[in-house]
Amino acid sequence: MLGSISNRQATWFVHKFRRADLLRSADEETLMLGSISNRQLFQPRSLTDALSMLRDEGPLVPMAGCTDLYVALNFGTLDDTRFLNLWPLDSLRRIEMRGDVLSIGALATYTDMRRSPLVQKILPMLVAAAREIGGVQVQNRGTLGGNVANGSPAGDTLPVLAAADVVVVLRSAADMRRVPFSEYYTGYRRSVLGPGELIVAFEFRKLHGRQWFRKVGTRAAQAISKVVMAAVAGDPPRIAVGSVAPTVVRLPSTEAALGRGASIDEARQILLEEIAPIDDARSTAEYRQRVAANLLARFWNDSFITKSRRTRNL
Amino acid sequence: MLFVRSPRVIFSLNGKRTRTNAHPMKRLLDVLREDCGLTGTKEGCGEGECGACTVLLNGAPVNSCLVPLVHAAGSRVTTIEALGGRHRLQRAFVEHGGAQCGICTPGMIMAAIALGPRPSIEGIRAGLAGNLCRCTGYSSIYRSIADASRRALVRPAQKHAAFERRARRAR
Ligand SMILES: Cc1cc2nc3c(=O)[nH]c(=O)nc-3n(C[C@H](O)[C@H](O)[C@H](O)COP(=O)(O)OP(=O)(O)OC[C@H]3O[C@@H](n4cnc5c(N)ncnc54)[C@H](O)[C@@H]3O)c2cc1C
Ligand code: FES
Ligand code: FES
Repeated sequence: MLGSISNRQATWFVHKFRRADLLRSADEETLMLGSISNRQLFQPRSLTDALSMLRDEGPLVPMAGCTDLYVALNFGTLDDTRFLNLWPLDSLRRIEMRGDVLSIGALATYTDMRRSPLVQKILPMLVAAAREIGGVQVQNRGTLGGNVANGSPAGDTLPVLAAADVVVVLRSAADMRRVPFSEYYTGYRRSVLGPGELIVAFEFRKLHGRQWFRKVGTRAAQAISKVVMAAVAGDPPRIAVGSVAPTVVRLPSTEAALGRGASIDEARQILLEEIAPIDDARSTAEYRQRVAANLLARFWNDSFITKSRRTRNL
Repeated sequence: MLFVRSPRVIFSLNGKRTRTNAHPMKRLLDVLREDCGLTGTKEGCGEGECGACTVLLNGAPVNSCLVPLVHAAGSRVTTIEALGGRHRLQRAFVEHGGAQCGICTPGMIMAAIALGPRPSIEGIRAGLAGNLCRCTGYSSIYRSIADASRRALVRPAQKHAAFERRARRAR
């Protein structure tokens, strides 16, 4: 085993020095690290550096916390051979207020978000989602940017981002653009993210109304959602559901109905028309519909009860 | 000018400065077991589900099967070997039958180390939610950890008492 690795290493050195002559690089601090067999790793020193590498050496697969990427690599389901290491880019880890906007860097981990007083105060539903993702080990490594870029319709933060109408900040070597979350996904695991672009941050405006999050899976930890819902009891309410369509969805008709004072039974009917889940390995369409409708009732009930309690206390 | 460096990765392994020429994308788990000869860290699933490969990266538990070596560069890596076999958690696992086949045990203990002082049973459950065990049914694991943390609190108190005794004698 050791022998075979060092053989590969030997080939790699040759490869590296030949390649070094060919490499055009924007930054003289640039490091290029090597590959086992055919894997190449690009090691940027700054965001600018990373973006130039994407432009000049692309396509490259960005590596954040690797909790999705290494599962695929370990199982040989990922054919890509050229990678860009984002992990050292601390500037993408910041969680801060910019004016009245909360900005969360793409590399912020679930642990970072759970611990951040800003996120706790402004986006308690994101803290709730982060707490239920994987176990501690995954929370220490998995990032918000990775969850969004991975684009699984069961991603637990996605309903939160949809309900919050987050703005996704994308950067390329030449450009920076802000995409509303409702326009980010274009289909099942497809998005507007270009090959030369990185997600750098998420921008949240303050929300009015109590926030609510609920994930339904086979067990509390380490389970992929069968249905996941995030909602804000504002006026009108905002409701987003994951795992019931190829991408996360907002429920505009249900929101409008509840906003104009429809009964919860009526709203549940409207919700059932608004979602079209499928049968898959984790669950059935029928189960998902019932659970989504029940979650809606639970959300409404929880918000209503707290509201009347609050009124009583006043 | 391009600045190409050798791909050598340097990190601190159980307090010892360690250099390796292993490929930067090699799994930290394999680097520990194959290149560093520390086989205490186990592989259960290779997909982040079981926690058998848990080590501490800068003090925080991570699944080493999902960590590329390059992410350990310049960091502190702590494995079960750092505990030396006599740690109170290790003794408690032996006393309470917290280990049966033992494959999950190093990961359980590394996750337990990262729990704060005197964790509640819920705290232990949440902190170990990413660690699976096929043998024990978990109760004896939780008992071992709870007992070890009680001892941790007793010990400083005893030390303090001994210190006071010595101080009195000196007077
Ligand atoms: C045991 C286990 C349990 C899990 N449980 C859950 C769960 O309960 N809920 C849930 O939603 N997910 C879960 N996940 C999935 C995973 O942890 C999350 O999706 C995580 O947020 C991915 O982030 P990462 O930083 O690890 O991404 P990586 O694995 O590093 O990357 C994922 C993808 O995103 C791309 N990417 C990453 N960052 C960027 C960026 N800034 N710009 C552009 N592209 C980027 C990568 O190229 C890659 O294609 C689980 C995973 C494991 C292994
Ligand atoms: S072997 Fe790493 S989590 Fe199972
Ligand atoms: S003791 Fe066998 S898996 Fe836990």
